[in-house]
Amino acid sequence: MNLVETKPPVDLSLPVAKTGSKRPKLIAQHWRTAVLAFGVVLLFAATILLGSYTVTVPDFFKILIAHLTGGERIPGASFIVMENKLPRAVIGVMIGAAFGLSGGLFQTMLRNPLASPDVIGISYGASAAAVTAIVVFGATGPAVSGAALGGALGIAALIYAISRGPSLGSGGGNRGNAAGSRLILAGVGIAAALHAVVNFLMTRADIRTAADALVWLNGSLNSANWERAGMLALALLVLVPAVIALAGPLRILELGDDAAAGLGIRVGFTRLAVVITAVGLAAVATAAAGPVSFVAFLAGPIARRFTRKASLPASALVGALIVLAADYFAANLAPLLLDGTVLPVGVITGALGAPFLLWLLVTANRKDA
Amino acid sequence: MTESTTAAPAEVRHPGALVPRKARDLTPRNRDAARPRLAARQTAWLLAAVVVLALLTAASLAIGARGLTLATVWQALTQFDPANGDHAVVHARIPRTVLGILAGGALGLAGAAMQGVARNPLADPGIMGVNAGAALAVVTGIYLFGVTSLSGYIWFAFVGAAAAAVVVYLIASMGRDGATPVKLALAGAALSAGLYSLMSVILVSSQDTLDRFRFWQVGGIAGREWSVVLPGFPFLAVGALIILATGRVLNSLALGDDIARGLGQRVGLTRAVTALGIVLLCGSATALAGPIGFVGLVIPHAVRSLTGPDYRWILPFSLVLAPALLLGADVIGRVVLLPGEVPAGIMTALVGAPVFVWLIRRGKGAGL
Repeated sequence: MNLVETKPPVDLSLPVAKTGSKRPKLIAQHWRTAVLAFGVVLLFAATILLGSYTVTVPDFFKILIAHLTGGERIPGASFIVMENKLPRAVIGVMIGAAFGLSGGLFQTMLRNPLASPDVIGISYGASAAAVTAIVVFGATGPAVSGAALGGALGIAALIYAISRGPSLGSGGGNRGNAAGSRLILAGVGIAAALHAVVNFLMTRADIRTAADALVWLNGSLNSANWERAGMLALALLVLVPAVIALAGPLRILELGDDAAAGLGIRVGFTRLAVVITAVGLAAVATAAAGPVSFVAFLAGPIARRFTRKASLPASALVGALIVLAADYFAANLAPLLLDGTVLPVGVITGALGAPFLLWLLVTANRKDA
Repeated sequence: MTESTTAAPAEVRHPGALVPRKARDLTPRNRDAARPRLAARQTAWLLAAVVVLALLTAASLAIGARGLTLATVWQALTQFDPANGDHAVVHARIPRTVLGILAGGALGLAGAAMQGVARNPLADPGIMGVNAGAALAVVTGIYLFGVTSLSGYIWFAFVGAAAAAVVVYLIASMGRDGATPVKLALAGAALSAGLYSLMSVILVSSQDTLDRFRFWQVGGIAGREWSVVLPGFPFLAVGALIILATGRVLNSLALGDDIARGLGQRVGLTRAVTALGIVLLCGSATALAGPIGFVGLVIPHAVRSLTGPDYRWILPFSLVLAPALLLGADVIGRVVLLPGEVPAGIMTALVGAPVFVWLIRRGKGAGL
């Protein structure tokens, strides 16, 4: 939430910028995006260096170089930094960015600031599948991730099919909005049913298994390792270029379907590609760390408030910032308050995200927000 | 509700009719002739619904891990023999059946009234955050106060449910255009998510709490004794009386606040009284049976297609048919996974989700 408050008090006088000089505004946006990037780097460094085990900067590079060149390792410190802190922070940045991009894509395409993969219910598909894998098949590690991925994609396809109707593919502005509402409502309904399934499975499990499943359900970076980071990086190598390729057509799509079609955009194809990419991003991030709630939803609106414009890179950076900050709190500060319990990172983002969503609802003065 | 308004212009444009058919029907003679016939038909349907409920009640007493014949059930009720094992089984099934009827009726009534007062076909205890509020309160009760019995959960659940319902409704009706369906659904989803996060803080740090809580959370009517069912009864009775008396009020509220005011309603007051009844009903239903979703959502919709938009009929029909659904779900849940049971709360969600989706596809969700 601090992220909103720390907005520099520079007034860009929006109406003037609209008629006259576009340049300064653009430069200011780039500056603000750069500030976000710097913030991510800073927080990344903080999570690695600070915390219950502190490392100095020279030590960190010594450890890193020794690890890469196969040189002498510092007992203890090498392990904590290379096998615990670094993969955790790397995965945190990647899932934050993935959730942020996914939310940004959904919000831009549906023209609804309230749309995001977790509000829409895709995360519940991942949860139901993963808990089934954990409880029924006793799966761990990669198998759970695989199940989550499959569940997210399957439920996304189901929700898309339900909400499709006549208007999501082809209709003009207003009808597209109706389809957007339908998408949200279908997601909320399906999420409730899947929630019942998850609850039922929890009662059938051994209490230890149930506790493990609960941690997964909240989205946690506790089991971060290099293998997982590698898989996630591989998936992002495919999906991020897709986002970059879609960014242009998506911007034109914002002008309205008819205008976009007139400018030579294949509207139906572009929408489908955006949905698939956004779902893919949310799905791989969920598979890597569980459904970290509200990051996808929060990143877009915060980025828009900060850079004064909906921008996908800023959403990604804000997503990474949120996850890093929440995880720092969950892993380092919460244990001090709760007798050593390391909270799942999703608990923090959920506890902060819900009031923010409610606040948006109260202040939203749009017709169907 | 929307059908009647959209159908009217089509009839006006009907080529053969010099006088619009709608107007002809409203001449005093025809209206007086039509009303008793309609009422008679509705009463017949209501009686049929009562018969269905009676059959399901009998089924709930007879069916289970130990199946019994209806004759045995009747014997056990009329001439109870303590030495007879079958009779003991029937008597053990009575509290859960009674609870099924009470909780089902409460959820059905509360759902119908909630949809009326919010003018919103999606209002439902589960979606309105009532379940999450009750859940957080129960977890707090288990963790902080060491509550372990079902009868102890009731009070926590009741307070939590009431608080959450009030907060969600207030938040959704702030802003420019009141409690629209999407805003209610999102406010409920958001508050639920936030409350579940807070709950997770407790559950992750205390495995004992999780172990107790997970069985309450699924929602069901199995294993409830009389000591659990009886304390809820006065709340349910008061709530049901309040809501059943509001049929006429809900009808005029459905026309919009301004028209209702023009018809002499004190809109704010009636809404507050109805809300009190709703909170009494779904708060105590959730307290007694755990969070049971979808009954309050699905039944009023199904009923509306039988009765039309008149709340004076929707409410009694919901009162009778919702327990039928809950008992039916409970009976099915008893036999699908023998020797285990699927709690009624799960079965109703599995039955309810497809209906919800169907409502959205019909486009009723976004409008109204």
